[in-house]
Amino acid sequence: MIVRRLVLWLDDRLAIAPFMRHALRKAFPDHWSFMLGEIAAYCYMVLLATGIFLGLAFDPSGTTKVYHGPYTPLDGQVVSSAYASALAISLEMRGGLLIRQMHHWAANVFVAAIAVHAMRVFFTGAFRKPRDVNWMVGVTILLLALAAGFSGYSLPDDMLSGTGLRIAVSLILSIPFVGSWLEAIIVGGQWPQPQFSGRLFFIHVFLLQGLIVGAITAHVSILWHQKHTQFRGPGRTAKNVVGSPLWPQYAFKSIALMLAVAAVIAALGAYFEINPIWQYGDYQPAIVASPAQPDWYVGWLDGALRLGPALAIHLWGHTIPAIFWPGLVLPLAYFGVMYAWPFIERRVTKDERRHELLDHPYEVPVRVGFGVAALSFLAVLELGGSDDVLARFARIPVESLVSTYRAAVFLAPLALGWLAYRLAREMKARRSEGEELPGTVTAVVRNEQGGYEAVEVVTPPAAEGA
Amino acid sequence: MRVALVVLAALLTAGAAYAQLTPRLVAPLGPASVQEGHILFDDRCASCHGVDLQGSAGVPSLRGVGAAALDFFLSTGRMPASVPSLESPHGPPQFDRKQIDAIIAYVTSRYPGGPPIPRLAPPPPGVDARQVFELNCEACHGVYGQGAVVGYGWVAPPLNAATQTEIAEAVRIGPGMMPRFGPDEIPDAKLDALVRYVVGLHTNTYDPGGWEIGRIGPVAEGFVAWLVGLGTLVGLIRYIGTNE
Repeated sequence: MIVRRLVLWLDDRLAIAPFMRHALRKAFPDHWSFMLGEIAAYCYMVLLATGIFLGLAFDPSGTTKVYHGPYTPLDGQVVSSAYASALAISLEMRGGLLIRQMHHWAANVFVAAIAVHAMRVFFTGAFRKPRDVNWMVGVTILLLALAAGFSGYSLPDDMLSGTGLRIAVSLILSIPFVGSWLEAIIVGGQWPQPQFSGRLFFIHVFLLQGLIVGAITAHVSILWHQKHTQFRGPGRTAKNVVGSPLWPQYAFKSIALMLAVAAVIAALGAYFEINPIWQYGDYQPAIVASPAQPDWYVGWLDGALRLGPALAIHLWGHTIPAIFWPGLVLPLAYFGVMYAWPFIERRVTKDERRHELLDHPYEVPVRVGFGVAALSFLAVLELGGSDDVLARFARIPVESLVSTYRAAVFLAPLALGWLAYRLAREMKARRSEGEELPGTVTAVVRNEQGGYEAVEVVTPPAAEGA
Repeated sequence: MRVALVVLAALLTAGAAYAQLTPRLVAPLGPASVQEGHILFDDRCASCHGVDLQGSAGVPSLRGVGAAALDFFLSTGRMPASVPSLESPHGPPQFDRKQIDAIIAYVTSRYPGGPPIPRLAPPPPGVDARQVFELNCEACHGVYGQGAVVGYGWVAPPLNAATQTEIAEAVRIGPGMMPRFGPDEIPDAKLDALVRYVVGLHTNTYDPGGWEIGRIGPVAEGFVAWLVGLGTLVGLIRYIGTNE
């Protein structure tokens, strides 16, 4: 057996046997939702692999050149080297477009997987002490993933992403007092600056990936150290983890998932066109097209800008532009609440205990209500970010959509949050009613007279875990 | 029976007399095409735009609008409108070429002026048509000319059904919400190149990356990432992740 020989070979040199004996027997809970985070991790592996390929082929310089290539509508146009090299990867390099599209799709699925994983952790209460630390590491990974995604799709210097960068720089400019200084530091002068392409490349390829690799390492190490949570069930206590051992059962599941993630991303890259930069053209500040959206995970920020009121504040000769509130304060507040949620919940419930066992979502109605409200708030913002597309297809004036969303951004979280809270309370009440008579079943038995009657048969209660 | 015959005779007599005595509003004048155009105009256009082309409430006057505007609205089927005072979307024209020319001849002979139908020529080399499109058109019509909303219920329509002449006319007259681009903004040589580029946008589809998902950009891509990408993978972990 190859694994056995490999472990023995390494043990001879590194004395890893005690660790491996422990590690290979590590138990993984048998519930599918524990693999959501793994989807994200394997997406990140695909991102690293395809990213290395792209990084070696990409020229991030902001110098200009005359385009000559297979895409004839652009022939003879002066474009940036970054854009020309992204085009060359896409249209001239063998397999380049497939890898570029896989990289982009993997990023879109990566953030989606992180989001669903975070929802699972939130709604089951897995973030509670002692895992509040790892919850904060996870929120940090989400933030870094958003930054990596945004900086990555901006690298090709095409019209669409350049428009997005321009909005981001405007947000930096909107910060009171320091905005223009920050723009000068980050961009290297007033937007646009040719040297910014190289800076963005460094930020995306080195800075953010270093931070993400570090954060994922911390996330997994803390998980390893603290062990998985698990749902309540027979034989499951706060002191154990019931599930499959890492070797061989769980390892094969996980390898299967890794291959499946790679296959799905490869299929997306092969059959679904994403971000056709040749059609968008290179970024020129005077050019913008419609419809224009960022990738989905930035769409809620775009939506916040579209729905935000046009209220600029003038104070003592300073202006706080209208975009400052929806574009910066709102997302910072949102992530602030996410970071602080374990502590907010502890403060409210005065629950200082350690939690190794998970709640079913309905068991804490207030948390469910709050989570659904927070998600529906994001969903309305996301809809707001695509208002022009819906207006086009539904033939509704875009102004009507904006005013509807402006109301919905407050009403939908209240209504849906309340609905989720009521549903959870109802479920909890019904479940606990059923649980008040453990082991009691109604049976129809034949009595001595030969007739039938219903009797309650009390059986010894099943061995209760926890 | 006799009564019925008398009534019928009386009706026929009165009808014939009425037809003879009713004056024609304006007698057709000029060459044959103008006369035909006049008849068509009075029949199909005058009820809204007026017999003297003066327009009416909510309906523009056609005095001096020029041949380009008339040709654009008639040949793209936007006029005559099926609903009064509401322009129809682009569709098949309701007149044939000869009839459209006749209406143009009639209207321009009564009230001359306005931009003529652009005469397209092969563009001179070295004109960057894509740059003209990027700077002037794609902000509303999109990078593929696929169309987009421009606010207050107005839509910049998709350009995939328009002919070169219709595109050139729209540039010169600025129909609906569209700005008018005169020869100072877009010279004739650039216009010649531009219309070829726009028609090329839908005749030379170029999607090396696979299915273009409706050509609406990241909104469609987000749906694919969630439903096809993550959806497949979540389905898979539900299958392999739970031990029975």
